[in-house]
Amino acid sequence: MGAKMVEFNGWDMPVEYPSAGGIIAEHNAVRAGVGIFDVSHMGDIRLQGPDALAAVQHISMNDASRLAIGQAQYSALLYPQGTFVDDVIVHRLGEDEYLLVINAGTREKDFNWVRDNTHQFNCKVENLSDDFTQIAIQGPKGVNLLQKLTDADLSAVKFYWVTRGSVCGLKNTLIARTGYTAEDGFEIYVPADQVTSAMVWNKVLEAGKELSVVPCGLGARNTLRLEGKLPLYGHEISDTINVWEAGLDRFCKMEKPDFIGHAALEKAKSAGLTRTLVGLEMIERGIARDGYRVLDDGGREIGYVTSGSHAPFLKKNIALAYVPPEFANVGSTVKVEIRGQGVKAQVVPTPFYKRPKKS
Amino acid sequence: MPYPTDFKYTKEHEWIKADGKNATVGITHHAQEALGDIVFVDLPKPGAEITVGKAFGSVESVKAVSDLYAPASGTVTEVNGELATAPEKINKDAHGSWMIKLALKDPSELNRLLSATDYEKFVAEEGG
Repeated sequence: MGAKMVEFNGWDMPVEYPSAGGIIAEHNAVRAGVGIFDVSHMGDIRLQGPDALAAVQHISMNDASRLAIGQAQYSALLYPQGTFVDDVIVHRLGEDEYLLVINAGTREKDFNWVRDNTHQFNCKVENLSDDFTQIAIQGPKGVNLLQKLTDADLSAVKFYWVTRGSVCGLKNTLIARTGYTAEDGFEIYVPADQVTSAMVWNKVLEAGKELSVVPCGLGARNTLRLEGKLPLYGHEISDTINVWEAGLDRFCKMEKPDFIGHAALEKAKSAGLTRTLVGLEMIERGIARDGYRVLDDGGREIGYVTSGSHAPFLKKNIALAYVPPEFANVGSTVKVEIRGQGVKAQVVPTPFYKRPKKS
Repeated sequence: MPYPTDFKYTKEHEWIKADGKNATVGITHHAQEALGDIVFVDLPKPGAEITVGKAFGSVESVKAVSDLYAPASGTVTEVNGELATAPEKINKDAHGSWMIKLALKDPSELNRLLSATDYEKFVAEEGG
């Protein structure tokens, strides 16, 4: 494929495919057509048994009791301090079967944490991370592409729902209408052995030719998720950032009887925020990058950038940053310190990009 | 990609073309390829003094920030303003998209730089 590789959390991953045109072309293919990503570095934890729901409820902040079989939700695993172990997608696969899809860099930590915190429940906890290769087929034409390769009726699968079907001849393949691109799309889970996953990858590319499918790397994955304000572990969320600061309130169900982190979050809520995640758009010339300092007009340090980049679809220089609430109003101006210079930026509404509603 | 033989090259992937005391500076084809889509360049203003081996500006692709190192010392006489609004030109033609023009302090500094052949060899050995 001629991919440019990079090490990512111990994985050799494609950062971009220059032959496909590079990050900008990959990014825009996903916004307008379809792109595919090898995201086999993602991890998978299965909880199965009579107490599986109770276990998931205990370790995650969203309300898994609302999930119908075949439905998925964005959620997070929290420390008792209300900060993040990781963010996850919880899929309810059966009556008593849940699949948590977790991040690459936190796979071992997450599995150990889930196992250690679910001993009291009657359910089996398995690390399936090495069993599956995850391929993401993303973009408005993703549905057309995948439909060519499966007998499952994809039009019946809503966003954040899953189904099973034959994909590239592989029976009973898990198909989820999920993604990390702020676009419609699917993630399929196929056996991880190299022959099978390479076969599927090549068939998806082949079937996608007439839709001008583009293979996409981690670079485009990052800019796509940034435009959509989807958090990245170690950046917008971490073990020192809590749910309220990250602005993930709507995925945290405090009315649930109890879950790890609940008490601390209740306290944090009444104490109020000292910092909050905002979207910035650069007004003056410059690109804010991860870790750059955010300054007030007088040059005083008030926060930091968690992710920043040129946004290929929006054609703007954007960033996510933590700042005190008094600087968080849309329209407020701050400065980002770029190579010693304060460069003006403005707080803008997020997400930066929202996919158009289907007509 | 043939590297022009009338250019000299740095190990930091800048090129310089000198004509007496006047020189033109840019980044190499290999540099643009390694960076990927270039979306921003930060260059000094005319009149600025730059010092051999020291950073004089930066170039950014979607994914990376890279300093530009001066291949020689001198005074900036002209800046390619076009790159401010169309930095992608560097991807299309790195050797034709000059960044700054310099009045060289000491043209003999260029003797220490790589020839096209040496640079090509260097890039190959670097695994580029």
